[in-house]
Amino acid sequence: MAVTSTENLPLVSEPDVVAIRRRVREISAQLGFTLVDQTKVVTAASELARNTVIYGGGGIVQLESLNGPRVGLRLIFEDKGPGIPDVELALRNGFTTGSGMGLGLGGAKRLVNDFEIVSRTGEGTKVTITRWK
Amino acid sequence: MNTILMNSNKKSAGIAAVVAKNEETILAEWIREMSGSVRRTDLIKESDLRAQCAQFLQLMKDGLETGNVNFQSSVWEKTREMLGDLSRSRAALGFMPSETASFVFSMKRPLFTQVRQDSKDDAEALAEQMWIITELLDSMGLYTTEVFQKSREEMIRRQQEELLELSTPVVKLWDGVLALPVIGTLDSARTQVVMESLLQAIVETNSRIAIIDITGVPTVDTVVAQHLLKTVTAARLMGADCIISGVRPQIAQTIVHLGINLLDVTTKANLASAFALALRKLGITFVRDTQKS
Ligand SMILES: Nc1ncnc2c1ncn2[C@@H]1O[C@H](COP(=O)(O)OP(=O)(O)OP(=O)(O)O)[C@@H](O)[C@H]1O
Ligand SMILES: [Mg+2]
Repeated sequence: MAVTSTENLPLVSEPDVVAIRRRVREISAQLGFTLVDQTKVVTAASELARNTVIYGGGGIVQLESLNGPRVGLRLIFEDKGPGIPDVELALRNGFTTGSGMGLGLGGAKRLVNDFEIVSRTGEGTKVTITRWK
Repeated sequence: MNTILMNSNKKSAGIAAVVAKNEETILAEWIREMSGSVRRTDLIKESDLRAQCAQFLQLMKDGLETGNVNFQSSVWEKTREMLGDLSRSRAALGFMPSETASFVFSMKRPLFTQVRQDSKDDAEALAEQMWIITELLDSMGLYTTEVFQKSREEMIRRQQEELLELSTPVVKLWDGVLALPVIGTLDSARTQVVMESLLQAIVETNSRIAIIDITGVPTVDTVVAQHLLKTVTAARLMGADCIISGVRPQIAQTIVHLGINLLDVTTKANLASAFALALRKLGITFVRDTQKS
């Protein structure tokens, strides 16, 4: 699968979350995503980016434009934070250890086509999502 | 008092004497030293700059005379005040931080020149005096940068606050109906402002219906939704019903996928239909005047 272009963005504070939303919106529009699909992937990115900042203690995101045979956008969020002890539980609607609604992680999963999460306690969390055109 | 300190006291007074003797020369060379970019005649008048330089040189002399070369000490309080004012005003005028620090740094060379001439035959004394001047001017330069930075941050914070207020105007659409167009990102700080201005307007206008229009909000994620729900709940407690308008199809879909339950909040695609609904709720109906149309 051909990766057309890759870029990394830092994820440390709330303004970075805003910047990532804007960048994902731009790239998905360039790739020719419909408005609905753009909105879905931007919202998923917003959720995961915020989790990285709030729970992961900051990290980075890698944005990959995939250009064939299928066109899509892949985002990889990675942090070296405390990790998630029980991923299945964290994915459940309404589960939160913070003050959120506990919908971000599961919601992000429902908003994209591929969702993969690897998390180790004490080591960090890596979430990879792909939305196909 | 130990000898080194006594020594430096004497040396510092010596520098003060050099400054007193060559005030005019130092001043003239110092101003010449400030290159065009530091002088910034586009931002500050030549005569103002001259006055600032003269005042600073005077304070410098007074400070050195005391023999205390620790810039943090109370002896230098007036100088700190002066440099603080200078940095703040330069930050407001649009100077660069480096241009502000150069006000102090560009004095090094003219001052060195005079001190060197004065202690021509005593290399050790000269070295010590140079050291005193360098240390003192360096901490002064750093101080201007610190103050400059702080006042810039303060300016930005103030502008952000003003922007927050500007971007959340509550408009009265009808007797009993308010509209609150939200534009941009609805983060925690924004929500606080939005909520406060809405609740206040509800009380002031005795409104029964508030329309929160999110046409200008590009992304509705869990945090935005949570903030919206908080605002709706607070408005209810004040006796007003909320309608959320500007829920475009793509936003509606996303909200569903996220699993957000907007409870029994009424949502509408646009402000016009929300307004029509509000009027209906208030029992107001419009009848077309058939004779005119
Ligand atoms: N990167 C991460 N590192 C550590 N823990 C995480 C990370 N991401 C999520 N979690 C954990 O998973 C829980 C659920 O995340 P989720 O995004 O679903 O909900 P939330 O962030 O608490 O609230 P919401 O997203 O609805 O505002 C979080 O409360 C947190 O405990
Ligand atoms: Mg979350």
